[in-house]
Amino acid sequence: MFVINYQTQRSFTNKLMVFLCGLAAVIAFVPLVSLLVYVVSQGYQQFKPAFFFNLPQAVGVPGGGMANAILGTLTLILIASVVGLPIGIFAGVYLAEFGKKGKFAWLVRFVADVLSGVPSIVTGIVAYTVIVKPMGNFSALAGGCALGFMMIPIVTRTTEELVKLIPHSLREASWALGIPQWKTVLSIVIRTAKNGILTGVLLSIARVAGETAPLLFTSFNNQFWPRTINEPTASLTVQVYTYAISPFDDWRQQAWTGALVLLLIVLAVNVFAKMFFKTGRGVLR
Amino acid sequence: MIDEAIQKEKVEKVKMETTKTSGESMKLVIPRAEAEMSNVAQKTKMKIEGVCAWFGDKQALFDVNMNVHEKEVTAIIGPSGCGKSTLIRCFNRMHETVPTARFAGDIMLEDKSIFDPRIDPVVVRRRIGMVFQKPTPFPTLSIYENVIVGLKLNGVRDKKVLDQAVESSLRKAALWEEVKDSLYKPGAALSGGQQQRLCIARALAVELEVLLMDEPCSALDPISTSKVEELIHELRQNYTIVIVTHNMQQAARVSQKTAFMLSGKLIEYDATEKVFTNPSNKLTEDYITGRFG
Repeated sequence: MFVINYQTQRSFTNKLMVFLCGLAAVIAFVPLVSLLVYVVSQGYQQFKPAFFFNLPQAVGVPGGGMANAILGTLTLILIASVVGLPIGIFAGVYLAEFGKKGKFAWLVRFVADVLSGVPSIVTGIVAYTVIVKPMGNFSALAGGCALGFMMIPIVTRTTEELVKLIPHSLREASWALGIPQWKTVLSIVIRTAKNGILTGVLLSIARVAGETAPLLFTSFNNQFWPRTINEPTASLTVQVYTYAISPFDDWRQQAWTGALVLLLIVLAVNVFAKMFFKTGRGVLR
Repeated sequence: MIDEAIQKEKVEKVKMETTKTSGESMKLVIPRAEAEMSNVAQKTKMKIEGVCAWFGDKQALFDVNMNVHEKEVTAIIGPSGCGKSTLIRCFNRMHETVPTARFAGDIMLEDKSIFDPRIDPVVVRRRIGMVFQKPTPFPTLSIYENVIVGLKLNGVRDKKVLDQAVESSLRKAALWEEVKDSLYKPGAALSGGQQQRLCIARALAVELEVLLMDEPCSALDPISTSKVEELIHELRQNYTIVIVTHNMQQAARVSQKTAFMLSGKLIEYDATEKVFTNPSNKLTEDYITGRFG
């Protein structure tokens, strides 16, 4: 009889704990879901083709859109990738392959960790001083560079972790065939880790696509189609900011839709990255 | 009497060689002067002299001396941790890839030291290949690409040459019949035994002379093991093979010479039959009869 009581008590404690954990998960889930629901409810009204294909119009004129801002965001991401990805990937590979000990590798790792915590507005101001002022004008180039600098620490750390996961036996098998170290790294190691590296790249793109502060000082904003990358460029985040603080109802309505589009882009890239990593994971047996 | 026997064998050898070449022209073949008592036609492929190896401060090998003969299977046996893998990894300069490793002594491949400062270790590894315990086909490459990866990454581009190399290596590794219809499937999709034979084919494709095998059958089931052992029998005709194994029966089945190591020292090195039936050293006898290890 004594044994049965203890079992029931344990079973009850178990169920209570499971319930509390479930409750905590639901509580954590609620802000995210409510955010999504609220943005969708506010933004769906303007979610029309006109939004995606039209330029911004003056206040009160119907049919305005944020087409140039969407294009601008894509351009900025492209430039950021060109700047940030090669540096990030090769730095990550260096740290994983050659940087197991030594002061230089430690320094690189330390700097990467610190840079990932730098407030984005600071990056923006630095990019302004270093790129915009000498050039004399705002540009998508400057904006892309600022975003690229923000991508580097993320890509470096992800690449390093992924390359470290490659079993050492693979490298040894390659060396034993008489393949020199640098070819082993480029052709065998990176090729095997490419799924994970791509995931890190996609995650960094998702992070950088939603940044506003650095763009305020570098690419500024533009109400028209971009002609070159050497002029102020519209971006979704800055446009949403500009419209959201304006006193006009129809602009604020458009800001909600812009926010919705931005959210969907970032969500889509994140989900895609996670799914891609899962299916590609099979090769890392 | 022994001299007569050697003389007779030498004469027979000359006869054999001349009849072989009778189709072309009568070449006079001079028998090799350094033929030893028990193996007349054996040439020393690798000389291991005074080899000592360290991992940081811990010494793993203590003055190992042995000769590996050409076209022969040499087995190295011993309990875990005795230094067999360390020794074999010194043969193709893989030991130095470990960060804290140190090495002393010399290893000669056909009378040239492989530690000569003018020689690139990469070149050494193309002549002395290695197969590891765990089969490691490159997962992102197909079977075809796996076999030729050594050739391709060393600059060979001609497709015909590569195709031929794939077929001949897979035939030598007794894998051609099983995979000839699925050469473009990923290398990791094969079974364990097939993967190991793929790794052997990959090593053979770079046209090496010495094949080192570090416990190649440990991770395989008995049937795959027997297939790999048959393969070793066939390969012996063209390559020099050194195999490390902790399975004494395998060493007895497969090798002509056996080396027994204990705690980093080479205790005994002799013909396989002698080591397993009448060992000279008591430690060898204790190990073979199962008193320890």
